[in-house]
Amino acid sequence: MSSAPPVPSLPPAPAARAAAHAEPLVAFRGVSFGYGRRMILEGLDLEVPRGQVVSIMGGSGCGKTTLLRLIGGAVKASSGSVRVAGQAVETLRRDDLYRLRRRMGMLFQFGALFTDLSVFDNVAFPMRERTDLPEPVIRDLVLLKLHAVGLRGAARLMPNELSGGMARRVALARAIALDPELIMYDEPFTGLDPISLAVISNLIRTLNVALGATSIVVTHDVRESMRILDYCYLMAEGRIVARGTPDEILASDQPYARQFFHGGIDGAVPFHYPGADYRTELGLAGHDR
Amino acid sequence: MIDRGLLTVRGAGRSTIDGVLRLGYATRFLWLTLTHSLTCLQRPRLVVREIYFSGVLSLVIVLVSGLFVGMVLALQGYQTLRTYGSESALGVLVALSLLRELGPVISALLFASRAGSAVTAEIGLMKATEQLRAMEMMAVDPVARVIAPRFWAGVLSLPVLSAMFTAIGIYGGYLIGVVLLGVDEGSFWSQMQNSVDFREDVVNGMIKSLVFGVAVAWIAVFEGYDAPPTAEGVSGATTRTVVTSALAILFLDYILTSLMFRGA
Amino acid sequence: MERSTLDVWVGIFVVGGLVALLVLALKVGNAGDMLRAGPTYTLTATFENIGGLKPRAPVKSSGVTVGRVASIDYDPEAFVAVVTLRIDRRYARFPRDTFATIYTSGLLGEQYVGLAPGGDDRLLADGDRITKTQKAVVLEDLIGQFLTSRAGETPQK
Repeated sequence: MSSAPPVPSLPPAPAARAAAHAEPLVAFRGVSFGYGRRMILEGLDLEVPRGQVVSIMGGSGCGKTTLLRLIGGAVKASSGSVRVAGQAVETLRRDDLYRLRRRMGMLFQFGALFTDLSVFDNVAFPMRERTDLPEPVIRDLVLLKLHAVGLRGAARLMPNELSGGMARRVALARAIALDPELIMYDEPFTGLDPISLAVISNLIRTLNVALGATSIVVTHDVRESMRILDYCYLMAEGRIVARGTPDEILASDQPYARQFFHGGIDGAVPFHYPGADYRTELGLAGHDR
Repeated sequence: MIDRGLLTVRGAGRSTIDGVLRLGYATRFLWLTLTHSLTCLQRPRLVVREIYFSGVLSLVIVLVSGLFVGMVLALQGYQTLRTYGSESALGVLVALSLLRELGPVISALLFASRAGSAVTAEIGLMKATEQLRAMEMMAVDPVARVIAPRFWAGVLSLPVLSAMFTAIGIYGGYLIGVVLLGVDEGSFWSQMQNSVDFREDVVNGMIKSLVFGVAVAWIAVFEGYDAPPTAEGVSGATTRTVVTSALAILFLDYILTSLMFRGA
Repeated sequence: MERSTLDVWVGIFVVGGLVALLVLALKVGNAGDMLRAGPTYTLTATFENIGGLKPRAPVKSSGVTVGRVASIDYDPEAFVAVVTLRIDRRYARFPRDTFATIYTSGLLGEQYVGLAPGGDDRLLADGDRITKTQKAVVLEDLIGQFLTSRAGETPQK
């Protein structure tokens, strides 16, 4: 299953790749982002070196998904700079941004397959929209991609006939349709059974090698992601609180990191939502001696 | 007491401002849709596909309604006209009512509830399931690829449906008036032809349904695109499409009628 | 849905719309007249009162429609209505002393111009004016006359 498919190389030219090799593929420099006064990300510094699988972890609502949207240029940083492949995303014009996006693939949380298109057409979609390849070539490429995720036999099915794990694999095939340099995964492990989970995490690793790509995995699943990642950033409340290789970060004594990786109920993140004093609120304060 | 009064005023003020803001946003969105419509010309297949879903699938309800509206018109008109002994004007009555008002208006109302709501729900769901965002990440503009074809399909489908509604309605009137109630067939058609002017009545009716088509399609795609990406959000947007479309159709109908048929 | 099936349906849909439009234009409306209209020539006629005559009202002779009212104007010098008639070339044989009258079809029906040919040898040519005309019968005038005659010796203005 993990037999690597031959990869027809689309843009950019290999020379360009080699030249930019020293530079990290994605770099955040002092990036802040917020809607109005509510800040979601504050002063973020982050680097994703080429060829690695980097994971960004954190609790729900800490701004992980926003980070991916910043890389894709769907939203613009309030301050600071997001550089992808040497280009500052926030300064790009629409055409250049779209050209840059052609070099990225993204797997959405629940796949985001086009419900009115078959599995085949879903994977063919980016090729038909963004390239001038003739239909027979597209057909071969689609089957190749579907084969890579083990779903060549499901090409004729519609998305509503797929299980959650299969849908995510199809979406993965679609994300790698144009052989991206950068693959982003938004919560790829959410809501999967153990078998699908193993399949997906295996695919993330093998595809990264097979395509020579770089992967960013946004997740809060510690156990699955630790098996496949090279480097990890831990986020809390819009900041990066810990970073390191899996071994380093698991051994970290930063309070939030310890609680996050070892699953404490109470700790840096308190069990109780902030509120008035318990005894006062129950009207017991007056009865104190 | 005073506080409550103030609150009411403030509430009314706020909802007015919200309404104006929303209209402004919707207008900007329409402009965006129009400027992204080149793809539709380059790939007419995208529009053809949506005409199938909007137009062809509304065909049955529009034809059946048209037939019955024409039949009812003939029945009612006959009762009234007979009092003045001018049953022969039945054809005129049926044809003019359908061409000028009922054809464009009723077919637009049906279209809004059949096709407009479906478009809103579809776009809303595509948004809620991140399909639009996924498209954007694939460097495909969702406005050009999803919104514009649906908009143009709506604009093009409604006049076609309206013409069919009117035509079948007149035959419905013929069925009741001539076949059932025994109005003279010759005077039914000839008086109709004498009183119905192609430019004045047929073309104006078509212009009306074209305007309604723009309104309904605009409202439908906007509500879908603007829907909060949740189940309640999408269902609320679907309802809003039908309500807003109905109000817009009736309002525009009044404006257009007063502009078009002032002299006659 | 197969692509071709979809195309066929949309094709049927569009053809159906065109057929409906054609029916509305030719069977229901008067576009047929416009298309069929051969060469015409115009005559004018002045009326003291045209009643409810409208542009496009038929012009009939012996009950046959021979043309239509093209336009209606008011002559501010002579204080009369000037009605332009567009008559079919095929019927270009109306004598000079043709009589034009405004009739009403039925009690409340539409009004039309009736042409009654006289006996003159010379014919009306394109652009000529019909001199012998009779104004429309206006219901209010009729009722007025009726009341006046009933009032007998008491003269009423």
